[in-house]
Amino acid sequence: MAVLTVKDLTVKIAGKKVLDGVNLEVPEGKTHVLLGPNGSGKTSLIMSILGFPSCRVLSGRIWFNGTDITAMPTDERARLGIGVAFQNPPPIKGVRLGDVFRHLAKGRADEIKLTRTTNIPMEFLERDLNVGFSGGEIKRSEIFQLLAQRPSFAIFDEPDSGVDVENLEIIGKAISGFLKGRSGLLITHLGHILRYVEADVAHVMFYGTVACSGEPARIFNLIMKRGYKWCEKCPKVKKLRQKR
Amino acid sequence: MPKGKKATPKAIGKPAAFGPDLDIRAFRRETAPWPSCPVSSLPGDIAQRALSAGVRTDEVDRAGTYFQIDRSAVFKAMRKTFGGKAEILSTKDALKKYRWARNYWWKLVDVNTDKYTALAKLRWDYGYFIRVLKDQKITLPLQACMFISKENFNQNVHNVIIAEPGSEAQIITGCTVHPNVQSGLHVGISEFYVKKDAKLTFTMIHNWAQNFHVRPRSAALLEDGATFVSNYVCMKSVKSLQMYPVAYCKGANSRISFNTILHGAKNSCLDVGSKVVLQGKGSRGEVITRAIATENAQIKARGLLVGEHEDSRAHLECRGLLLSDEASIHAIPELVGKVEGTELSHEAAVGKIAEEQIQYLMARGFSESEAEALIIRGFMNVDIFGLPDALKEEIKKMVDASIAGAL
Repeated sequence: MAVLTVKDLTVKIAGKKVLDGVNLEVPEGKTHVLLGPNGSGKTSLIMSILGFPSCRVLSGRIWFNGTDITAMPTDERARLGIGVAFQNPPPIKGVRLGDVFRHLAKGRADEIKLTRTTNIPMEFLERDLNVGFSGGEIKRSEIFQLLAQRPSFAIFDEPDSGVDVENLEIIGKAISGFLKGRSGLLITHLGHILRYVEADVAHVMFYGTVACSGEPARIFNLIMKRGYKWCEKCPKVKKLRQKR
Repeated sequence: MPKGKKATPKAIGKPAAFGPDLDIRAFRRETAPWPSCPVSSLPGDIAQRALSAGVRTDEVDRAGTYFQIDRSAVFKAMRKTFGGKAEILSTKDALKKYRWARNYWWKLVDVNTDKYTALAKLRWDYGYFIRVLKDQKITLPLQACMFISKENFNQNVHNVIIAEPGSEAQIITGCTVHPNVQSGLHVGISEFYVKKDAKLTFTMIHNWAQNFHVRPRSAALLEDGATFVSNYVCMKSVKSLQMYPVAYCKGANSRISFNTILHGAKNSCLDVGSKVVLQGKGSRGEVITRAIATENAQIKARGLLVGEHEDSRAHLECRGLLLSDEASIHAIPELVGKVEGTELSHEAAVGKIAEEQIQYLMARGFSESEAEALIIRGFMNVDIFGLPDALKEEIKKMVDASIAGAL
């Protein structure tokens, strides 16, 4: 059974069509990778799956574990089991990482173990959320929160961008450990994270929709070798461009 | 520094530089005197209201108490274990007892500043005199309560606080009214003298009524090595409040911190500022203000730093959060450098809660109102202020209750 199903999803943000008939299905226990050039709609798709109010759904539906969540508020989706590690979370002065952690963990998560897994020093919990965090600290804090939340479906938005080698290994191992037995969606630009995380299917987005899907290593290597410019020559992508 | 001693007829009609002008004749002056009594024996409704302004009539965790109702100083004493460390009197008794007390009377605040200072001179209703003796360090806070029990009453108090050289103390002042009182005018003159190497933390908590008018006039003089932390908390609605306390850092290496936390609700009109004058070598100042405005509240958050010594430094930080389209917050930070070498800076930010912050927390499973409450509570976090431990939790509770009410 599919955990997440996105069907013919068309979305406008601030009057601009950012998703145009997206179809995506992530089965239980599988991890999918989302690739695509800047502005192709990857982050818009994630925001739509999370139900951010700025995303106006024009048509199509989103199901999560068989429940239609298309019109559901973000917090209810989170409580159903959708979790996300953001790429650029907003700084919030006065709200400490520990405040959010305690809300997520509800006393069930092992604080010490999770701080170790994500290499977060305990005193870090007293810091204001995302205020003055370095690139690596942001990624680790996001994953730390996600591990505390323990969603059945986890979205990682570029967990490997702006991260040094040491942090990449920590983050990669934490993600791969977490995804065992769970489902997830992973956005990556340079694919570094794929050294640690085993993905089942990769999708390439172009012009607000999924242009092609296939075996991750193969697709990724082709893109790395030839770039998205090469993809643009693909008849399918050409057709999408003309459609716009 | 001001010198005016006598209130001129002109001053009694002079509007304040800021805030809405009031007709001071519209308030009542007559009231029956209250008999002196042990503070613990005050009626429950008075005790309850005093507690809402941080003053404990059971005196738990307090070193001494001054309690004034309307025009009567009903209680003033140090607790036995703290005897000989400080003295608490009414200013009337202090001026009678000590000839030298006049040297601290109307020395920092000018009688003729405006109609409210003139009123406090002409219609003076005592106030407290607290003197922390030389080298005495008092571990628990001293407390003072200014209470109004009559509807539409005008209370004009004049307080003098002296921290003698090398002393350390915390003072909590709670100002409040009887639950039946809705309107009135409170004028409070406070003159602080923080002497050589003394450390004084002063926390004023206001809990007035919706149609009440408040005009405090405070000034502090800091000698060499003196530290003065002045906290102000106003979480309840009030018709109008205007104050602009000033600290003169005259001594070398003197330190002043003004911390202000405001919640303007309903039709409150708050005009609150802090002024720092750096006159001594190595003097330092800090002004921090947090304000939230709900419903129709109008808040002006002022700040003025004046650098008069080449080795002086001060920073002003004002942040305002608007929680209603009808409310407004006007931040007015001012810096005046008079000599080369003084370092003055400010940062001010006023706005609504950022939508992306709410969405971020909602993606973590917080409901919209939980996310807002968390952000506002974080915004009003009082941990950054130098609050006495005995008061920190109480103030946190006040802020929490106020935020819960605002949402």
